[in-house]
This record gives sequence, C-alpha cells and structure tokens, in this order.
Amino acid sequence: MNAQAAVTAKPSGAQRAMRFVLPVIVFAAGLAAWELVVRIKDIPPYVLPAPSVIFLTLIKDWAVLSQSLATTLLTTLEGFVAASIGGIALALLFNQSKWVEYSLFPYAIVLQVTPVIAIAPLLLIYLEQQTAVVVCAFIVAFFPVLSNTTLGLNSVDRNLAGLFQLYGASPPQTLRFLKLPAALPYILGGLRIAGGLSLIGAVVAEIAAGTAGAGSGLAYRIAESGYRLNIPRMFAALLLLSLAGIVIYGVLALVSHLVLRRWHESALGKEN
Amino acid sequence: MSSAKSSSGVEAGLTALAVSLRGVTKAYDNGVMALGPLDLAVRKGEFISLLGPSGCGKSTALRLIAELSAPSSGIVRVARHEGDVLPGHGIGFVFQEPTLMPWTSVRENVRLPLRLAGVPKPEARARADEALASVGLADFADAFPRELSGGMKMRVSLARALVTDPDILLMDEPFAALDEITRFRLNNDLLALWRALGKTVIFVTHSVFESVYLSQRVVVMTARPGRIQADIRIETVEPRGEAFRTSAAYSNYCRNVSAALAPSYSGRSTL
Repeated sequence: MNAQAAVTAKPSGAQRAMRFVLPVIVFAAGLAAWELVVRIKDIPPYVLPAPSVIFLTLIKDWAVLSQSLATTLLTTLEGFVAASIGGIALALLFNQSKWVEYSLFPYAIVLQVTPVIAIAPLLLIYLEQQTAVVVCAFIVAFFPVLSNTTLGLNSVDRNLAGLFQLYGASPPQTLRFLKLPAALPYILGGLRIAGGLSLIGAVVAEIAAGTAGAGSGLAYRIAESGYRLNIPRMFAALLLLSLAGIVIYGVLALVSHLVLRRWHESALGKEN
Repeated sequence: MSSAKSSSGVEAGLTALAVSLRGVTKAYDNGVMALGPLDLAVRKGEFISLLGPSGCGKSTALRLIAELSAPSSGIVRVARHEGDVLPGHGIGFVFQEPTLMPWTSVRENVRLPLRLAGVPKPEARARADEALASVGLADFADAFPRELSGGMKMRVSLARALVTDPDILLMDEPFAALDEITRFRLNNDLLALWRALGKTVIFVTHSVFESVYLSQRVVVMTARPGRIQADIRIETVEPRGEAFRTSAAYSNYCRNVSAALAPSYSGRSTL
C-alpha cells in the first residue's frame, strides 16, 4: 500500500476514496453474480438462498433476529468488560509481584491454548447457562489484554522510572502517573483484539449451549435454523454477526484513536 | 592536586559542602568495578564538570549522588535544607534524554515533581509556569513534547529539574545529543541560570570544550573503574561569554584538560 502510494504521485484524496469504493464494487458484483446464478439455475432456497431472499428474511424475521442480536451483543459486552477488567487487573498484579506472575502465568497460557469449544460443554455443566456463555467469552478475550498490558507495563522508560524514584513517588503514584499512561497504547491494542474475540467466545458458547437445547443468541438461531433447513435465516443471522463484529472493531479502533491522537505515533500517522 | 583539594574541603566542614564522596566504589552485580574508589567534594554554589571516556562511571557517580543507586562501599553525603523532608527536593536531575512523558502537556511534565510531592494544583501550576519562563518556554506550556524541537525538549527537562527549587542540579550529558549551535545557546542559558539562581551544578560530559567553557572546576576521570585523574580549576573573568570561548586562555585550558584525559584514552585502548 505504501509502496503503491509512493509510486503513484496522485493526491491521496482520490486514493482514499478508491480504498472505500473498490471493496464496495467487489461486494456489489459478488452479490449480483450470486443472485444471477441462483435465478438462472433455479436453485431452491434451502440449498442456496439468493441475496434478495436473505434480505427479505432479515426484514421478515427482524423481531426474532433483533432479539437474538441483543442477547449476543449483551453476552459479548459482558465477556469483553470482564476480560478487560480481569486482564488489566491480573497484569497489574503480575507487575507488582514477580512471584505471583511466575505462579499464575503458565495457567493463563493453558487457558488460552485450550480450545474454548472444548471447554464450553464442561462449563455448561457447572454453571448457569448465561454465566457459562459469558465465562467462555471472557476466557477467549482476556489473554490478549493480559499479555498486552504486561508488555506495556514493562515498557516504561527507564529514565522516567528513575525520575519518579528520585522524587520519591509512591507505588500508587508511579502506577497512576507513569505505568498506566505508558501502557495505554498497548492496553488499547489488547482491547481491540479482545472485542472481536469475545464475540467469537460468545458465539462458540451459544452453539455449545444450543445443542444442549436452550439459548436465544444469534449463534443459537443459526444452529436452530440449520436443523429446520431454514437456510435464508441462517444467512441472515450470519450477516448480523458479521456486522456486529465490524461495528465492535470500528468502535474500539475509534476510541483508541481518540485517546492516543495527541501523542502516540500509531495515532499520529493517520492524521498526516 | 585532587586529594589536597578535597581533604581541605572536608576539613572546612560539611556546612560549606553541597556534596561529598569519600572512598566511594560501585561494583556491578557481576563483580566488575564500575567506579572508584572516588573522593570528591563539591562546595555549595560550585559548577563542576565530571569529564571522562564513556563507561568511566560518570553517570554512575551522579546516580549515587541522587540516591538512585547505593554505593558498594564508601560514604555519599548530600547537604539538605533544614526541614526539607520531601524526597528528591534538594536535587534536580537532567538526563541525557529529555525524558518527558509524551502523553501530557509541557506544563504537566514540569509540574510532575510538585504533583508527586502533593503541592496544591494552583500553586504547582504557577511554579511550573515560572520554571518554564525561566528557560524561555512560557509560550509552550500547553504544547505536547512531540511538538517541540530537541533543544526545547531539553529546556523543558531543565525547567522540570528547577521547579522544586533544588540546591543541587545534576546533569548527565544533557546536551550531548544536540547540534552544536543549540548546544552553545543552551550552554550560555545554563550559565546565566546558574549565576542567577546560585545552584550547585554537577555536570557530566565527554566534551573537553564544553567542560572548560562551563565549569569552575573540571574533574577528569580515568577509564573504568573511574577514579579522579586530575582536578583542574578554570579561572577567568566572569560572566563568561563568546569572548571566553575564543580566547587563548580557553585554548590553554582545553589543552591541559585534554592532556589530563589522554592517559585514560590510552588505558582504554588496551581493554
């Protein structure tokens, strides 16, 4: 992208417009081809629904789907908040004491590398269903927050740390005025990853819970519609999930940009 | 020469001394000696330079004086105000890098030492603005560090060191990364501040010319482990200015200091 920008000495305005327009053209062309193939070959909707049918289903089933969307978003939000607080708090704890870090960090990794889809059925046995789903979202999302925050807290400028020591800063002061601000870009990077991951965690847990016969989130709707061969609704629910993921990422990226724009290189680059 | 001077300084009593180091050594964790044994006495209001090859322990000596690290042996004494209980307030430290917090404004950076000491915000802000004005940056209080040039960042760092009104200013190669024109200007500004405020300044540098231009005493150190090779007094008509920089006396002092420094360079080449 950069090399291309350097070669074509065009003003960046046109290029930015193209970055937006080109994917839209590709999307529209794909939809048109899809619609055309379905109509020409007369494919039945339970095999492959046309985009128009999916769109109509989305409108027709909006009452059911919107409720499921709200459920999934709420689960995602709860998992995300739990992961953010838990990840940051654990990183702060690790930062205070090497012993705690040595004792607990391996288990954080174990939790991270064990596929959540395999943990979900177990959690559903021991926990209430809604709790289990949130816990799944938390498990998937908290590790990037933990590892990024840890990295950030350890990247404090050595001389600045010396300065705080010279002026007799207490540990809470050092944390508030030095470590947390220095770690902020890393924390925000971790949160951006965690947002998408908590959606994945919520969906995985909903599907696991759905097979156990309960739940009403979007992932549950997909599984349920699959059993009923209601393929258009499967696609409609998938579309909503995809949009939800995009919006979550966009919101977190925007927050990160707004918070860092006055001082951090990552945010400054965008303005130039 | 050095031992005669420091012992007479100690006999004069600690009241006249800002800093005294006696038999101070510092060893790294792996046992390598970084510094000393070092004897150094700095009178109140004096401007001295520690000059030596890189790695000779100049910065280590400053960190010991600032109590950022503890000596392996020997005694470090720093004179403090009566009733000056707030830690670090007797000492201002300027690092080689500006060492500013990039996430906050210039004023907040300068206010930091007062904030850490719990000085009320209105008073702290006023003192921060005053310190910024003293380094000629009154108009940049609301700027962020990244918006400033290298020389201006260094001035902010200096203002932050001055904001607590310390008795002693420790400077660790503060102008080493700056271009020569900026460095000359900051040299002059620093001398003006020193004359106006009467602080004790301990200035670490590896520039012979800078040390002679600025200081009343140049303490030349050997290669690691750093000891005092020579202690040379620079006497000239004050206030110093560009005339001194181009005078024959200045060149003579530079030649003497370079000659004192030569053995540490040859010693270093055998390492």
